[in-house]
Formats: sequence, C-alpha cells, structure tokens
Amino acid sequence: MTAIPDPSKQGFKFSQLLYDTRYRSMTIQIVSLIAILLFFGWLISNTAANLATLGKPIQFKFLGEPSNYDINQRLLDYTSRDTHLRAGLMGLINTLVLALMGCVTATILGVAIGVLRLSKNWLVARVMTLYIELFRNIPVLLWIIIVFSIMIETMPRPNQFRSGEAAMKLFDSVAITNRGVYIPEPLFNGGLGDIFLLGESSLRFGLSLDLIAILIVLFVGLFISKKIKTNADFIQNETGVRPTTWWKRLSIVILPIVITLWALGFHLGYPELKGFNFKGGIYLRNSLIALWIALSLYTAAFIAENVRSGIQAVAKGQSEAAYALGISPGRTMSLIILPQALRIIIPPVISQFLNLTKNSSLAIAVGYMDLTGTLMGITLNQTGRELETVLMGMAIYLIISLAISTVMNWYNNSVKLVER
Amino acid sequence: MADLSFVRKEIIPQRAAPLSQTGIIGWFRKNMFSDIPNTILTIIVGYFIISILGNILPWVFSPTWNSVSLTECRGILAELGRSGHGGGGACWGVIRERWLQLLFGFYPSELYWRPILAFVLLGLALAPVLFDKASRKLIYLTAIYPFLCFWLIWGGSIWFPVTVFSGFIVAYLGYVYVNKAFGSLAGVIASIALPVLWWLFITSPLSISLHSIMPIGSEAIESDRLGGFMLAVLIGVTGIALSLPIGILLALGRQSNLPILKAVCVCFIEFIRGVPLITLLFVASTLLNIFLPPGSNFDLILRVMIMVTLFASAYMAEVVRGGLAALPKGQYEAADSLGLDYWKAQRLIIMPQALKISIPGIVSTFIGLFKDTTLVSIIGLLDPLGLSTNIRADMAWNGILWELYGFVGLIFFIFCFSMSRYSMYLERKLATGH
Amino acid sequence: MKKSAFFGTIAAATFAAGFAAAGTLEDVQAAGELKCGVTTGLAGFALADANGVWDGFDVAVCRAVAAAVLGDGNAVKFVPTTGKTRFTALASGEIDLLARNTTWTFSRDVDLKFEFVGVNYYDGQGFMAPKALGVSSAKDLDGATVCIQTGTTTELNLADFFRSNNISYEPVPIETNAEAQAQYLAGACDVFTTDASGLASTRATFENPDDHIVLPEIVSKEPLGPLVRHGDNNWGDIARWTLNALITAEELGVTSANVAEHTANAGNNPEVNRLLGTEGDLGGMLGLDKQWASRAIAVNGNYGEIFEKNIGVNTPIGIARGLNASWTNGGLIYSAPFR
Repeated sequence: MTAIPDPSKQGFKFSQLLYDTRYRSMTIQIVSLIAILLFFGWLISNTAANLATLGKPIQFKFLGEPSNYDINQRLLDYTSRDTHLRAGLMGLINTLVLALMGCVTATILGVAIGVLRLSKNWLVARVMTLYIELFRNIPVLLWIIIVFSIMIETMPRPNQFRSGEAAMKLFDSVAITNRGVYIPEPLFNGGLGDIFLLGESSLRFGLSLDLIAILIVLFVGLFISKKIKTNADFIQNETGVRPTTWWKRLSIVILPIVITLWALGFHLGYPELKGFNFKGGIYLRNSLIALWIALSLYTAAFIAENVRSGIQAVAKGQSEAAYALGISPGRTMSLIILPQALRIIIPPVISQFLNLTKNSSLAIAVGYMDLTGTLMGITLNQTGRELETVLMGMAIYLIISLAISTVMNWYNNSVKLVER
Repeated sequence: MADLSFVRKEIIPQRAAPLSQTGIIGWFRKNMFSDIPNTILTIIVGYFIISILGNILPWVFSPTWNSVSLTECRGILAELGRSGHGGGGACWGVIRERWLQLLFGFYPSELYWRPILAFVLLGLALAPVLFDKASRKLIYLTAIYPFLCFWLIWGGSIWFPVTVFSGFIVAYLGYVYVNKAFGSLAGVIASIALPVLWWLFITSPLSISLHSIMPIGSEAIESDRLGGFMLAVLIGVTGIALSLPIGILLALGRQSNLPILKAVCVCFIEFIRGVPLITLLFVASTLLNIFLPPGSNFDLILRVMIMVTLFASAYMAEVVRGGLAALPKGQYEAADSLGLDYWKAQRLIIMPQALKISIPGIVSTFIGLFKDTTLVSIIGLLDPLGLSTNIRADMAWNGILWELYGFVGLIFFIFCFSMSRYSMYLERKLATGH
Repeated sequence: MKKSAFFGTIAAATFAAGFAAAGTLEDVQAAGELKCGVTTGLAGFALADANGVWDGFDVAVCRAVAAAVLGDGNAVKFVPTTGKTRFTALASGEIDLLARNTTWTFSRDVDLKFEFVGVNYYDGQGFMAPKALGVSSAKDLDGATVCIQTGTTTELNLADFFRSNNISYEPVPIETNAEAQAQYLAGACDVFTTDASGLASTRATFENPDDHIVLPEIVSKEPLGPLVRHGDNNWGDIARWTLNALITAEELGVTSANVAEHTANAGNNPEVNRLLGTEGDLGGMLGLDKQWASRAIAVNGNYGEIFEKNIGVNTPIGIARGLNASWTNGGLIYSAPFR
C-alpha cells in the first residue's frame, strides 16, 4: 500500500503563502493592507513636509479666535465678535434648515408629480414628463442661479412698496421683495421667555420655553388620542361596533393647544416697511428661497421618477382587483397602490434626500451662509487654514450623510415586508 | 287581426360612433375632460402653459442677432417699441459673438478642428461599447482613443502619448513572459509593477529622446485655454472612463469575503458618497498640492480630473454592485462548478452580465457627472457657467443674463436628454424578462 | 480618457521633485514662462478678451516681470484665482507671483508667510449707492442691505465699521464682482462695497454711471500689491525691483517710447543709466542680465503709462491718480533708489 503523504505534516513552506488557498487570501489582504498604510503614510509625510515648508503646522487655535465677520441669516445669537467655531455652527444650522425644508417640499412635490405623470389626462401627463425631463437634464447649479436671478430681477424692490407700485399679499401680511420674502412671525405676549444653555461658550444656544410648552401639549394630546384609538379598536374587536371617536380625538389634540396659545398671548407680528427694508416678521432671504425652490424642484423631478417606477412596479393585478371590488381610482391609489409602492420607493428617495443635502453646499453660488459659506468660505479665506477647515467641513458633511442614511435605513427596515 | 309581431330579418349596418366619442372631440373628451376633476386639472395646466409661453415667446423672438453690445440691442428693441423685463426682448447678439467661446473656451480658433475631431472620434470609439451592431474592429480605436484624444486636445510631441501607451504593451508582455517563467501570481504582479516602473522612470526620458530624434508633433495648447463645453465634456468623459475600472474593482472589493479589503472599499465608497462634490473640488483646488510630494505641480484641470474620477468611482462602484447583486446566485455557482478560478469567473461569466445590467445606471451616473462639471466654475475654472460670468464682466455685455443661461441650459439639455433617451433604449433592449 | 496625462504628470512630478530645491528664478527660466495669478475678471485690472488675451493693470505687472526674467512679456501663463484659491495657489507653487489686487496686511505677510514686494495701488474700501437712495454718508446706512464681495478683507472692514458706528446692516455676501454688480443694479441691495478702485471699475461699466455715487467715507486702508512666497529672497527681490523699476522710470521720464533709445545710448543721468544697464551691473546682482529693467519698461511702459492705459481718467474706468500719483506730484508712489 502506498501511503499518501499528509500535506500538513510536510511543515509550512514559504510558497504556501502564495499557492495554498488557505493562506493566499490572508497574504493578499496583508500585502494590500501594507500597501494602503504605506500610501497613507506617504500622503501624511508629504503633508507634514509641505506644511513644515509653509510654516503652518496643523492647529485648531483659530477656531477660538473672533471671526470678525457678520452672518446675515443667524438662528442663534451671533455677532462679529464671536468665534470662528460659532460662525461655523451658524453655517451648519443654516445647512440643516435648508436641507430639511428642501426634503419636505421635494417629497410632497415629487409624489404629486410622479402620480400625476401616470394620470389619464393627456395634457397633465405630458406636462409632468416635460417638467421631469427639463429638471433632470439641466444642472442644478444652473437652476439655482436661474431661480435666484428670477427673484432678483422680477420681484419688486422694497421702495416700490412705498410708492405704491407693489403691494403686500394675503391681507398685508406677506411681502415678496427682490431681497426675499417677509412672512408674519409668531409672538407671545405673556411668553415664558428663553432658557440659555452652555453659558458663554461658542456652542451656547437658547431654547424658547413657549415652543417647548406647545410641543409638550401637542405630544400629550397625540398620546391621549392614540389611547382613544386603541380603546376604540378594542371595543370594535369585542363588540363589532366601532364607537365614533373622531371628534374626541380631534378636540383632545386641538383644544389644549388653542388654550396654551391663548394663555401665552399668541399673536402674529407683521412685517412693516421701515427705512431701507421691511422690519419685523420672519425674513426668508432670497438666497434661501432660491436654493429652497431650485433644490426642491430639481430633487422632486428625481423623486417623481422613483415614485412612478415604484407605482408601475406594483403588479397590475392589484389595481384590477381593487377596481373589481368597486374601489374608486383615488382610493385605489391611496389604499392599495401607494402602500405597496412605498417599499420600493423609499430606498431611492433616501438617496435623493442625501443628494439634496449634499447639493445644498451649492449655496455658495448665491451667497447663502451655509457651512461652505462660513467655515469653508470666509473663515478659510480669513485665516488661511485650508487643511483644517476643509477637512472639518468634509467630516461634518460625512456625519450628516451617515446620520440621515442611518435614520432612513432604520425607517426602511421598519416598513419592509417581512418575507418568508 | 294583423300580426304585429316584428322580427328583423337583416342585420342593421353598424352606425358610426356618436360624434362626441370619435375624432378630435372624442379624443379631447376622453383624454382631457373625462370628468370634473380632470377638467379642472386640464384648465389649470392649460392656463399655466399659456401664461408661461405668452411671457417667454415674445422675449425669445427678438431681431437682435446682429447687435454688438447690450446698449445697441436695447436701442433696436426700443425702436420697435418693446420694453419690459429684460428690455422687452432677448439680445441674441451675445450668443452670436460668444457661442464659439462658450463651446471651446479660449482654444485657438484656427485649431478648433482638433477638439471637433476628438469629439467625432469619441463617438466612433464609443460605438462598439454602445451599439452591438457596430463593427468589432472599432474596439482598437476605443483602446487607443484616450491617448489620441489627449494628443489632439493638448498637442505637443506625439511621442509622449505613444510611450505612455506602450506601458500597456509592457504590461502585457510582462504578464505573458513572467507567467510562463514563474507562474500566474508572479505574472499578475509583473503586469502591475513593470508598467508603473515604465511610466515612472522610462516614459519621460524616452519620449524626450525620441522627440529629439524624430520631432513629430502639433502645436501644444496650455490647459488654461480649455474651457466651455469642451472642458465639461472632457472632465465628464475622463471621469467616467477612468472611474469604470476603479469602480469595478471597488465593487468587487466590497463584495469580496476578505474582511480587510472589504472594509477599505466600504470606507472609501461611503466617504466619497458622504461628502458633497464641491468639498472634493476644494480639496483639488486648495489641498491636493499639500498632499503630494513637495515640488510636484499639477495644473488645476488635472487635479480636478483626479478628484472627479475618485468621486465618480465611488458612485460607479455602487452601480456595479447593484448589477452584481441582481445576478442570480446560480450564475456564481455555475462558474464555481465549472472549476473556474475567481478572476476567470469574473471575466467570463459574472462581469459581462453584471455590466450589461448596470449600463442604464452607468449612463445616468455619467449624466449626473456631466451636469456636476458646472461646479468647477465655483473654483474658478472657465466652464460654460464660469465663462458666462466672464462675459457678463465685459463692458459691452454688462447686465446680460437670460440669454447666456438659456443657451447654456439648452446645450446641457440636448446632451443629457439624448443620453437619457439612449439609456431608455438600452433598458428596453436589455429587458429579457416578461 | 487621459490616463496618459495623469501618469505622465506623475512621472514629470517625480522628476521635478529633484529640482524643487532650486530657486523660483531657475524654475521660471527652465519652464520658459512665468505663472502669474490674477483675478477671474475685473475690468481694468485683469480681464481676458474674446481671444483669451489678458490685459489690465495687474496683468501689466506680470508681463513686466516676465519681460525682465525671460525677455518676453508674453511668456506668462495667467492663472485665474478666486479669493479662496489665491493664497494656496501661491503657497503650493502653482503660481510664482500673485498680482490680484491683494491687500498687504500683517497676518497675510507674517502668518500666511508671504512677501509683499511693494504697493502698486493705494486703495481704500468705499461704498457706492444709487443717487435716488438719497444718502450722502455711509453713516446714514442704518438698516441698509449691503452687497459685499467675499474672499477679501472687505467683510472684515465692513463689520468693524458698522460695529464701531453702532449701526445695523444686512450683509449679502457675493462670490464674483459680476454677480455683485447684477444684484446691486437690480436693487437687491442698497449699497455695494468693495475697494474704491473696484467701485470705479464697476461703476464705469454701468449703463448710466451718473445715477450712482461713491460715498465720501473710505473705511479702510488697502495697499494693494503683488506678492511672492516667503523664503526665496532672490525671487522676491526680482519682483520688488521690477515694480520699482516701473515706478522709477516714471520719475525719471523713461517711457515705452524712449526706453529703447536710452538703452542704446547712455545719457547724462547716472540713475537712468544704472536703471537701464548702460552703467554698472544691477541686473547681475539679481541674477539677470543688464537690460532686465529696460525690457520690463518696454512691454507696457512705466508705472504712469500702465495706469493711464488701463484705469486712468481717459479710460472707461476713469480713476484719477490721487494717492497713486508719483511722490514728485504729491502722491504716495515712491520707489527706493537704484543705486
């Protein structure tokens, strides 16, 4: 009998690292890891050498120095004596506000347009197709500039309101000027005031206690309303008769809020023309409006396509079954098609939200003071710290993106069909 | 009694459908006014269209093609008694005067044939990739096209692109011979290491000495003369062409079961996809020189191309990964059962199918990238939007706006729309399902 | 598509790394061209025409340096830079000289490690407003909307001015001059602020310049000048003395018309002779030849000629010499002597 030599007894040979599949993957990985580490080492040593030549070692001291510039749209208190860090924070908040506003309107518009594109009405369907093609095939930067230019060139100047050439809209409550839109602001007579957190540091912020009170009342109302619904479901399960609860549920949410608002002395502050500009009210600058409109319209075109393909992906039998049951087309769409299509629609829409957030960095083209305008814009120019500011900016965008995709993926998983 | 019962003996001839159901009226009733909500929708949309067209059309039709300045153009319009927003009409004179600049930037006008030829050849080089009816021989053109294009646009000695291209021949020869002598892995290593050494140490002296022996070349063009749509196309095409191979490798890395490799690929892809392109362009314009060895100096267009390529590869990797995920598992198993090794399986079975599935995604990545090239105007390159700003700074055309944006938008629309139609055509052609 | 360029440049970069230790002068001479950073477009100062030929006040400085170093005023590669990219472009060696109305400040000189070689334009930040607005002083601007071109010292001066006068304003930051102009004309802001020279240049391009006034307040000192990297003193000297040569030429009456004649025949004025290289060897001390200054002057003329041709009162820009007159005429333009 010939004994087959057992390969493992031969001892380890160097060539096994290459030819033995057990070790080869390890070898490849270690070699590539070393290569990558070397590459990064090379980059870092270059950077160190270059920075040494320039005499600019990496340091973040500039963040604590006064910024010396003003920011027009600031949602927290800020003056030019505040630090660069705080200026960056203002920019970050502006970015987030823009992204949030954009995502909401883009979703609403996108769903509406996607559904209308499948409309039986020939004219409507064609116009929606035209809209989608127009927005998808022209760069968003151009759209932002175009909307911005339309705002500036065609809207009336503030002084035209004085001479009567232009008038405020909606019972003198909204002023649309070529510097932006002024809308009424909520004010509280007997307000609770603000609380200020984090003292005097660069990250300090104030919270409106009025807003907190209203939110608490709202959530309590919603919670009780939910309880009523659960109770009604229970009764229906037990007795087969569903008690009428809509007026209870509606009033438990709305009444307390109305009472709270009354107690706080709620009223609206209207914009008024004083001096060079309107004063009072909430001032939505035309840079914000232009970005908001352009990003919403642009992203809506993509979302509309996602919605359309999602709806078309729902098997035709579903809608036929609904029609056979005598359900009206509108209710078929909202009760049968959309809930199923939603599962297909959500993942691509998440990436559209991410794109919108990233595209909000184009704010720099119209002078909206977002993160690229403050931290990676004026701060970079004034301090000359390109490396620190750009890397910080990228890190912040990365965190925002990862946070959005984490939250959205979590939501997506929760609505996902559980398959066998 | 008379028999009143009546039995029809013959079939009555078919009557034409009522007028309200046929012809143009029927079509309108059916498609636009079928019920009340539909009618309301039609009226609203119709009103919108009419009011928009009513505002835009008179502006567009404006006899100002020959004006040489905004003042002259406004004069022409004032004589016609037209006024209003934007002077009552468009001033197309700016387009007549500057359209070549918007297309080619500051490229010398007597050499316009070079970028045009490069563009036409691009079409030919892409043909075997895009249309399966095209002649297979064109694939050779596709292989040498990048070098040809480089030489056509930038000019200079022909020996430089030739010696760089021969790096690939070196790689191939290295693979063949080392493979024979030392085995396949050594062959792969040689095919990577040899051309890199070739490019690093031999290309430049060799091309210089060849040029001194046999000076063949054309007039060299500095990169700062590139601009307009030519620049946009150049950056877009470079980004896509280079990102495709990198994207495939990244996608394979992300799908692989080697944990370290996978982690590196995931980090890279998620990092690039998580930051806006404009920050990467800031890196190109302000930081890239800091990361490279002291004294190295790329021009800005090249740095932008590097960053755009990295950006596009991350997106491409995700598109290819989608294609890989869409392949039935049976395909992988079939490849394994045939005893093909990893690379053979990828090359012969997986990739051809996965890439075919991902072509629409690749095209839409390309459209996105092409549109995103407008961002380079923010870092001071003279793409169509950057040039518009430049033209508006000219005293003759100070205050011009819509004409330029309209022209730039129109060209972008034509480019992107035709590409998206092509992608739809492909989608239909490749649909092999029900 | 352009793998070749990519790898080619890497290869070139690797070789270039070997020469990086050499001075900027040697690099420029080896490349045969001067890389000069300018604005992306500001009428009168630096603007590319339809053929891509750059012209303007700042451009003339680049051409003079190129003529001095390379003997050809056209051997310049103009690199358009924005407010954001200009300093990195210079620091990283992408450009050899930055001539882009840049204000000489302490922090730029000391902290950012640049060397300002002199002042070619004394400027200050001003305000422009439509006449119809009815303001006569910047102090009347309480609550006004102000258009600012970002990326300059402008926004800092503005913040300081309004803060110290305790009046409020609404800043509208804008990236480019053309855009700022469009917004100002459309009335999206009440006033436009930038350097007074920029205001004059912008106002000149308006359809009705007389409808706009420049307010009397000048809120800052803005000495604008070309700059180079720290650490290469020889290159700094070349740039500094080329600028000085242009200024001295005006003082001594050397113009583009007579420079050739003066260079060919040494005259009686020893300083003219030293300047134009007919006596002594000042060029040799800089590492250049004797006629360096003569060539620099020949390209665009002396400082006064450059000023008048690009931004002077007879141009659409129409800036009077004012502070920028030669010191012999009561201005601040003054050069150290060629001795």
